[in-house]
Amino acid sequence: MKKLKYALFTGCTAKQSTPEQMMSTMAVARKLDIEMIELTEASCCGASHLQDYDDFLSLVLNARNIAYAEKHGLTMVTICNTCQLNTAMTKHRLDNNAELKAKVNEKLAEIGLEYKGTSNVIHFLYAIIDDFGLDKIKKMVVKPLSQFNIAPFYGCHNIRPSELHDESHKTKENPYNPTSLDDLIIACGAKNVDYEEKNKCCGFHIELQAPHTAAVLTGNAIAGATDQNADMMVTPCPLCHLKLDTQTKHASEAIGREVSLPVLHMQQMVGLALGCTPAELGLKHHVTEVNFI
Amino acid sequence: MSTNTITTQKVNFKVFRFNADNDYLPYYENYAMDVTSEEVVLDILNRIKWDHDGSFSYRRSCRHGICGACAIKVNGRSTLACKESMTTMIEYFGNEITLEPLSTKRAIKDMIIDKADFWDKHASVTPYLVADIDECPSCENLVSPHDAEELNEADLCIQCGACHYACPVVEINSDFFGPAAFVAAYRFESDIRDGDNQRLIHVNEEKQGVWDCAKCFECAEVCPKDINPIDKITKLHQMAFKKGVAKNNVATRHAVGFLHSIKKHGMLDEGGLVLYSEGVSIVKHIPVALQMFKKGKIIMPWNMPKSDKLDEIQKLIKSSSTVKF
Ligand code: SF4
Ligand code: SF4
Ligand code: SF4
Ligand code: FES
Repeated sequence: MKKLKYALFTGCTAKQSTPEQMMSTMAVARKLDIEMIELTEASCCGASHLQDYDDFLSLVLNARNIAYAEKHGLTMVTICNTCQLNTAMTKHRLDNNAELKAKVNEKLAEIGLEYKGTSNVIHFLYAIIDDFGLDKIKKMVVKPLSQFNIAPFYGCHNIRPSELHDESHKTKENPYNPTSLDDLIIACGAKNVDYEEKNKCCGFHIELQAPHTAAVLTGNAIAGATDQNADMMVTPCPLCHLKLDTQTKHASEAIGREVSLPVLHMQQMVGLALGCTPAELGLKHHVTEVNFI
Repeated sequence: MSTNTITTQKVNFKVFRFNADNDYLPYYENYAMDVTSEEVVLDILNRIKWDHDGSFSYRRSCRHGICGACAIKVNGRSTLACKESMTTMIEYFGNEITLEPLSTKRAIKDMIIDKADFWDKHASVTPYLVADIDECPSCENLVSPHDAEELNEADLCIQCGACHYACPVVEINSDFFGPAAFVAAYRFESDIRDGDNQRLIHVNEEKQGVWDCAKCFECAEVCPKDINPIDKITKLHQMAFKKGVAKNNVATRHAVGFLHSIKKHGMLDEGGLVLYSEGVSIVKHIPVALQMFKKGKIIMPWNMPKSDKLDEIQKLIKSSSTVKF
């Protein structure tokens, strides 16, 4: 197989509150011999909030990010569900509306860039499943996580709206019964936990304006996984991770029940199975301690 | 003419049964049936009633996806029974299919629910045109195709409630209007003939309004009319800023805060955003922030990373901004 090479859109979280996510992404890329060209010029995607204020500006900024991936002639890989949604949504809108695309390009021309629509945008989870292959990962596992029950937490913005996501990855994901993360858990040698909240919302985006609702959503998710005997959870989204990892106190208060589970980033789980060390994967950066390794 | 062969499959249906008049608790009844590839979910409901139990109850009227009466949940997914093909459901969920009302806690009889909260919220967004229109006009009151496009198909909503009862926020916060009411609000806010000046303020109020939407896209996923309610919610956010009714509160500052941060760093300054949004209320985040700090999850302002070519980003913000707050 040809060596895989992507343009990496890190997003902001990986550079700030979830450094472990950046570390584990690079550790897994090294293990799988994937080359990552980091898009250091990229701006924030707006995290599904900027467009509530200024839709056009949000489109222009996201188009600029994609244009940089296009300049490298590479597929853009995201490591955050919300980055994936915002970027893929921008791509979808520009690719299907010539007038809008022309307007955006008029602005990008001021800085000597053009959005062409030539680069695909895909979340790292689907990049390793579609392009690298689950079977190959399975064969590379040196430390199977066989003693663990792991609950997948998919996060809204990777599975809904499904029509949009079906454009970027080959894996056919059923938004009501997603399986990609389950398959990855199994490939890593662990047992996947089925529970009702696996495809539900963690509440991250309303944490500030509706803290109670947000905390109930987080609490329900951890409680659901706990009740199906999960030892830990795993998620492809750093924002879900922040919520599930750092907000357990509020979540417990909101649902009237003490809940707390270690939460791994998808990359950390794969990294552990492939033999990376806890230090390489930044396991010490979690608020809810990961103390079983 | 293409000849599609009709195939048949065995399916086990687990069906929610409850009669609020007699039953203390709901229960599930199992029916094993042969399902043909031509059937829709409503056909199954009919056959349960006709072939198994005449007391089985559900709502339906048009059976053409128009009246909005027949929405139920299939394996937890809100669906319009008369429109949803069984083949798709079997593809999605296999041969064990659970049929439940849109909201089990609002069940009155089997698939029939008390939809009062849905209608109350719908009614409270002034879901009609408020306009000074001459009752005996000399010519038609025309709306140009271009202006009609502004509705973005929000007028196609059939009030089936599929999105409302799929919305996680509706379940937790009983004040939240919910996606369908927002679609109705948008439908009239975007109509150039409408002159109401309270509706937009009303749907921007804290707790009940658009700012409590969790952005989970459940509503977009379920809508049988492809209306995309969250898209209308986003448009209501934008309208609030454009028409100057957005209040200065944590939710609006949170949206605007992204712009400030991107202008300064290219990236989002997470701590700065929370501070900008919360103001003095930031103190309530201190305990969690301290825990995060200990784990190396908080960057000091002087270490805040910046995007390369920040000047490009700033230039675009200058030339492409379309809103002022
Ligand atoms: S979603 Fe979050 S992490 Fe991703 S770019 Fe936007 S703000 Fe940054
Ligand atoms: S996107 Fe908002 S309105 Fe739609 S279902 Fe989710 S929380 Fe409810
Ligand atoms: S927006 Fe769609 S799902 Fe919601 S009530 Fe209207 S038609 Fe039904
Ligand atoms: S019976 Fe009228 S919409 Fe289904």
